This record gives sequence, C-alpha cells and structure tokens, in this order.
Amino acid sequence: MKYEAVIGIECHVELKTASKMFCGCANRFGAEPNTLICPVCMGMPGSLPVPNAAAIEYMIRAGLAFKAAIPAYSKFDRKNYFYPDMPKNYQISQYDMPLTQGGVVRYWLEDGTIRECRLTRIHLEEDTGKSTHAGSGDGRIAGSSYSLVDFNRAGVPLMECVSEPDLRSAEEAVAFLEMLRRTLMAIGVSDVKMEEGSLRCDANVSIRPIGSETYGTKTEIKNMNSFRSVRRAIESEIARQSAMLDAGERIVQETLGWDEANGTTISMRSKELAHDYRYFPDPDLVPMEISEERVAAVRAKMSPLPIDRFERYAKEYGFNIKQTTQLIDAPEIADFFDRTVEVSKHPQQTQNFVLGDLSRLANESGIAIHQSPVSPEHLGELVTLVEAKTINSKIAKELLARMWAGEGSPKAIVEREGLAQTSDPAALARFVDEVLAANAASVEEYRAGKSNVFGFLVGAVMKNSRGKADPAAVNALLRERLGG
Amino acid sequence: MATIAKSAAEIARAVNARECSAREIIDATLSRIEAVEPQVGAYLSVLGRQARESADALDARIAAGERFPLAGVPLAVKDNLALEGTVTTCGSKMLERWVAPYTATAVRSMLAAGAIPVGKANMDEFAMGSSCENSALGVTRNPYDLQRVPGGSSGGSAASVAAYEATIALGSDTGGSIREPAAFCNLVGFKPTYGRISRYGLIAFASSLDQIGPLTRSVEDAALAYDAMAGFDPMDATSVDRTVEATAGTLREDLRGLRIGVVKQFDTHKLGAEIDDVYDRALHDLEALGAEIVEVELPTADYGLATYYLIAPAECSSNLARFDGVRYGLRVDGVDVAEMNERTRAAGFGPEVKRRILIGTYALSSGYYDAYYVRAQKARTLVARDFAKAFERCDLIAAPATSSPAFRFKSKSDPYSMYLMDYYTIPMSLAGLPALSVPCGWVTPEGGERPMPLGLQLTAPLFAERPLLAAAHAYERATKHAAKHGTQLPEAAR
Repeated sequence: MKYEAVIGIECHVELKTASKMFCGCANRFGAEPNTLICPVCMGMPGSLPVPNAAAIEYMIRAGLAFKAAIPAYSKFDRKNYFYPDMPKNYQISQYDMPLTQGGVVRYWLEDGTIRECRLTRIHLEEDTGKSTHAGSGDGRIAGSSYSLVDFNRAGVPLMECVSEPDLRSAEEAVAFLEMLRRTLMAIGVSDVKMEEGSLRCDANVSIRPIGSETYGTKTEIKNMNSFRSVRRAIESEIARQSAMLDAGERIVQETLGWDEANGTTISMRSKELAHDYRYFPDPDLVPMEISEERVAAVRAKMSPLPIDRFERYAKEYGFNIKQTTQLIDAPEIADFFDRTVEVSKHPQQTQNFVLGDLSRLANESGIAIHQSPVSPEHLGELVTLVEAKTINSKIAKELLARMWAGEGSPKAIVEREGLAQTSDPAALARFVDEVLAANAASVEEYRAGKSNVFGFLVGAVMKNSRGKADPAAVNALLRERLGG
Repeated sequence: MATIAKSAAEIARAVNARECSAREIIDATLSRIEAVEPQVGAYLSVLGRQARESADALDARIAAGERFPLAGVPLAVKDNLALEGTVTTCGSKMLERWVAPYTATAVRSMLAAGAIPVGKANMDEFAMGSSCENSALGVTRNPYDLQRVPGGSSGGSAASVAAYEATIALGSDTGGSIREPAAFCNLVGFKPTYGRISRYGLIAFASSLDQIGPLTRSVEDAALAYDAMAGFDPMDATSVDRTVEATAGTLREDLRGLRIGVVKQFDTHKLGAEIDDVYDRALHDLEALGAEIVEVELPTADYGLATYYLIAPAECSSNLARFDGVRYGLRVDGVDVAEMNERTRAAGFGPEVKRRILIGTYALSSGYYDAYYVRAQKARTLVARDFAKAFERCDLIAAPATSSPAFRFKSKSDPYSMYLMDYYTIPMSLAGLPALSVPCGWVTPEGGERPMPLGLQLTAPLFAERPLLAAAHAYERATKHAAKHGTQLPEAAR
C-alpha cells in the first residue's frame, strides 16, 4: 500500500546569551568541567533563580520571526522529576503559559517550493548538566561502574520548539530544521550547532494510507546528531512502519533511538514509568508581563528574516535557488549584498560581483567580504558604473582588485584616471584605424577567410584604447572597416 | 561593662560611643552561652572564634571612626540561613555537615550593620513544626519553663534571645514560625510583608510563604533589625523593589486615631477563661491608649489551615527534591542512582518532613492537582481578599498569636493538634501581610507551676510595617508585660 508520513519535530535550542538563564555564570561551551557553576545553578540550598532578561528578549525575537502570538502574560513552572544531572531535581520550564504560542515556519525545498509547518509553541527553560558514564566501555549507562556530571551546561537557557505534525517526508523535516536553524542564527539567538548540542531534536513519526484523515500510531525518534541522521532516521522509520503495516502488524507507540552506525532505529527499553511531572507555577519567580511596547522595541531591532530574503531574492530578483540559499546562509554577506543593492539598484549585477569576484578575493585573502576594505557604497558605485556602461567589465575587474587593496571609491578612480569607456566615434575610429594600419598582414589574412584573426584585432584595439573602448562598439566598427 | 542584658539599641550606642567594646559584649555573651546552654540548648553550633574575630575587627573599624546601627549586637542565626563557612543544617541529618558556600542576603545586611553572629540556632527540621521537637539534631527548652517547648520552628532563635544568649535572633516564618515561638518565649517576633526581606540564602520550606524576620526582647530592637534587612535584592526575584522607610525612629507612645480590628471569627472564649481574660485586657489596654476597637470579619479564616497544608507541602515537596545525595549533604550509597536517592532521603529526612513531602506530592499529582493545589490557591486569594476588605474598616488587626502558652514536650503527639497551633498566624502568612507578636500577659497553664507568657498578634496591611511597629511599641511601653516574670535561668548581669 502507499503511505503518507506524518512528522512532527520537537527541538531544544540553547540560547547564546552571555550568562545562564537564572544566574550570572558564563554561558559557554567547551570549558573545563564544573568551572562555570555557582550556588544557583548547582541548586545549593537557599539559592534562588533570577530570570535572564536577554533570554526573554531572544524568545520574543523567535516568536516574531515565526509570526507567533506573544501573550501579555507568561510564567515559569517547575517540572518535577529526579535526574542526577538536574541539580534541583526539578527543571524550571513553562507549562501552560509559554512565552510564544502558535506561529509558522515557512521553509523552502531544494526546488524552491515554499512549504509551511505550524508551530504549537516555543517555551523557555533551563538546560540540565551533562552525564558521562564510565566503566562500561561504550559510554552507555548500562554496565557502567560510575558516572560523572558536568554542571557547566546546567542552567543554560534552552528554547523548546514544538511543531505541529505538518511535515510529510524526511526531506520536508530536514528543510524545516534547516529553516529553523538559519532563522535562529539570523536573528542572533543561538549558534544552533548540532555537534555542540546547541540544537537537539526529536522526531515524531507515523504513517497512514494516502488519503486517510486519521493519524497512525506514532513513534518518537531520539539521538539524531546531524541533519543527515535526521533524514536517514526518518526514512528508515517510515520504511520500517510501512513494512510492518504491509505485513499486517501493529505499530507500537514507543521511543526509539537512532543507531547511526547500523542505520536503524532501535527501541529504547527504559524502565521508566509514565512520568507525572507535577507541574506547578514556580513560587520563586513572579509571572512575566510582556508589554506591547517591549515587543515593539524588539521588533524594531530585528535582523532581516531568511524567509523574507528568500522571497525577495528568488521571486523578486529571480536568482536561482542555489545562489539564493548561498547568500541567505551567510547573513553578513546577505547584509552586505542588501546594502549594496540599495546603492546600485541592480540586484543581478550586484550578486554577480558578490558571489563572483568578491567571493574569490575573499577566499584568496582569507578576509571576509563584509570585513574587507570594499564598502557596500563603493561596490554600489562600481555596479552603477558597469550598468551605465561607463566602464567595461575588464576595467571593473581591475577596479575591484584596487578597491580590495584599499583604494576606495571606484568613481573617484575612474574620474581621476580617465578610465571612462570611450564611445566617442572619432576616438574609436582612430583606435581602429591605427590598429588596421599597423596590422596589414592580419587584415589580409582575415579577408582571405581566416575569421579567427578578428578576435586578435579586437584585442589589439582594446589594448590601443587602454581598455577604455566599448568592446561592442569596437566589434561593430571593425566589421564595418573590414567590409564583413 | 558588658551589658548583655541591655537592648540592641543600648548596646550599639555604647559600642559606637566606645563605652564598651564589641569584644567585651561578645565575650560576655559567649560566657552566658557557656553557662546556660546545657539547660537551654538553643544552638546547634556556637561560633566562638569567628564571633571574637568579628568583634575585634568591628572594634578596629569603630576606633577608625566608623559607626554601625547594630554595633556589637550578638546575633543568633536560625540554622536555615546560609552563613559562609559555617555548618548550616536546617535541623536535619540531611545537612548535618553541610558548610554553606555563601551568605544569605539578610545575614549580610545584619553583618554590615555591625551585628555579630554568635551561633546557629536550632529549629524544627526544614522549618516544619511548632515546637522545635522536630529537630533531628538537638532539644531546645523554653527558658521560662525548661519542661516546655520554646515553640517553633524558630525555637532555638526564640530560646537564645529569651535566655540572653543573643540580643537579636533571625528566624523565618512560613505559617507562624517566628510569631509562635516569640509568644511562647516572651519576645517580640516580627514577620514583615512577603518580599520585604530577601529570601536569598534562606533554605526554602515553602517559597511563596517563607519570610525572614527578627525575634527580640523589644519592639525597638525588632525595628532596628528590620531597618537593617528590608529592601530590594536583585538575587531574589520575589523581593519587592519598593522604598523602605526606616521604622526605628518613628515609634510612638500612644494609639490615638488608630482603628484596631478584632476578628469576629477569632473567638477567644474557646481558649479558656484565663487566656480569654488576657486578650480581653489587651483590647482594653489598646483602647486606653487611644485606639478605637472595631469588629471585622474574616469569613475564610477557618479555611486557612487546610489551605496552608496544601500549598506549603506542595512547594516543599519540590523544594526538598534537591536533597538527593548527588552534590552535597548526606549520601547513603545504593546499587544505582535511584537506590542512592531513596536511601539518602529515607535516612536524611525525619517523619514530619516525609509526611509533608508526601502530602505535597499527592496534592500536585495528575488528577489531584485541580482538586487540591488549584483550589488551595483560590482559597488563598479569598483569604487575602477578606483581609483587604477588613482593612477598609481598620488600620491594624489584633488577634491572639497562639491558642495556648508553651506546652510540655511530647504533649502534641498527633500532627493535627500540632498544626492547630498555627491557627491564628497562618491566615496572615497566606495573605503575605506584616504581622508581629508582642508580649501581652501571663497565664499559669494547667498542671504547670510557672506563669507562661502569651503574645498579642498585630497585623497590618501590605507594606505597612511602619504603623505596625509604632503601635506595638506604644502597647509595649504602656503595658510592660515582658518584665513581669523572669526565666528559670540565672539572671543575666545587667
């Protein structure tokens, strides 16, 4: 039978605030274990949490980015369960009044098709510490003789983002995650690095016969460490479920772990009973009031959103999807590009420079475009000079190299050095006639039928004009003179 | 001249004036502790060396020209308040050897004002109890009758000040834990408005109710301690960012123009003729000082106890989850983490703590949450609303602090009869109101030989600490009940 997959994503994203969620400890990855801790994030008796205002602002940014509702009131709740890397044995989280509700992630597939996946909510909580199990050989808890806990991560602000089951394939799930990642990066709230654990995601997967309105039994896949493993895990799980249904078996609702090495999902046999987290409002924290003014202030400072850029670049400017994505995924370059377009008014030509010569210069020098001496204003001037045919592309290339070297305004260089393209017919005729006179042999060859000599003559004229001649005009005039 | 029987105000004046040194005060206090502590048992630890060092350091600063509002005042600190470098036990085996790595904000404020901690005071385990009998680490006796309890949970705090082993004690009050032991030990016990004094460093029992306050031998001393501790603390999200007006200089001598409410539902007849007489006389005294007595109603007062015994245990069940043997405190090993957690908690917590953790866990459980926790929160709102309405008709409310004087050890064997001790103090806690107990008379309990003190509880609207302390001071000055009988201990040198 043909099945349709129904997929929802739950992900945790660490916010890149300077300090932790409820204390002043640095929020930093990779420090020596247990060096970024204090009485508060260690859950010492008598210590109290104080919310990090920056983390709340980041949540508002995320809410705005995904067009979510930002309720006027929100609060923190305690999620109670025992776990040795959770210092208080409860996690400060949000239960029924999250900072953002609803929203939608609009993302694009490789062919440029835009899809939507609704969000249920995004809420704010604190991360746990990190356990390392020793003595079992494979780092698993089973068979380990002792465990070590690093509390540096305990109390790091963590955003939990839950999607509706709107995704229909592994490809969509990955494209959704990529969009989430590039958006959160663009608005500056997280590094979103799966390899450092600042993005962690689980997928809920079920299948149903195509055309069916009801949902099948879902399984939850954990332990996916890259976008590639998300894709493989979901594909593998869809195949597994399809085979089971085809064989007349029932899907069991369970939590599965992705085994990257063997390319399969495996049942995580846990003795844990269904948890009763006993959520209740955290009495150490007062409810938050999020005023419209506060939201407006955050909105006013928002960076451009990737989806808005996509619609502009791909739809309005007509760039291809690869170039569009390339630009969007380098937000500083996209910023540089946008500012250049404001000056040049010629998106395509600007993009040619940015992704072409400028990117090459950046690669060769190891200096990023936005940190190079070439300013968007000067590049804009250069594009304008080219578009107005004031200079030809060869001169433009030379000018760009000189701008990269720090020579400043191309317009000033052109004026100072008289590099403007010559379209004055008398001057052009002089350049052409001088070349024809000096190359009588080549003229003869051309007339005898060796048409490839024509290119040589064009080059000679260009050289004679020190590059200032308009190549198209040179072509036309040469043909006229050569009678062909 | 070591004047440990004097008030904090007098000690500070003398030390600032260099009439005597802080070191002399502390030495005399430590001698007193040595002399009477075997009978009283107020402290879980005595900070002799640190206290002497602090006194010397303070004397040097005073010699250099600095002045402190509580210069050289011997301070008892309830053992649920963190003091860096000292064992802070909460009266529990769980934390019997836990050394606090930081100092509570309120304690820092007292240190900055020149007070000198001389010891960590005994308490009911994790502040759960009304007699100090729930301490896992020691017995504290009432200095006015050593066969009787000092009250609780701040029982060690109360006993230390009553026995002149300290001049000011810090306590914490969740449902009456400052006011009740103060009443039992002939002291002033003051619980300010919730949020006035930072809770940072107070080991939580029930976060939405816990409040730090002083136990003293006079209203003026309570006001001095309050002035030192009140104010916003960025380390406590529930602390209130609101101007605090100094109270100590504004105490008054009469009550003219003040309307004092008497709660219709708090019928003192049922407390017996002798106690009823004491409270009747207290109202007459208030009237004689110029106050107008008006009757007010708190229709939901009877639900206070039930409401409190859902909210407080619910919060404690979560607050005490951190004691698991993983990071600090007691650890009893097991085959895996879960067994280690279980064994540690089984061995570390006493029966009352376990009872409340169970009640709270139950009240928050799926399927019971709405029926218990949510309803209790609604009832709490109604209690607060009743008070707000009552305060439309009066400026302060007068009520008993307790339903009886201090009782004998082991006389309240079932938990509920112990819970009833807080009947008069819990509603104010639920509403977050400032309230204090001030000595108001003596009764000789049945079968007792010695007269025992009773406390009058005065309650004010939110943030009205200033008129509350002023009125209590006027009453105290006019009646002088506290001075009428002494303790069972040798008199402290005056």
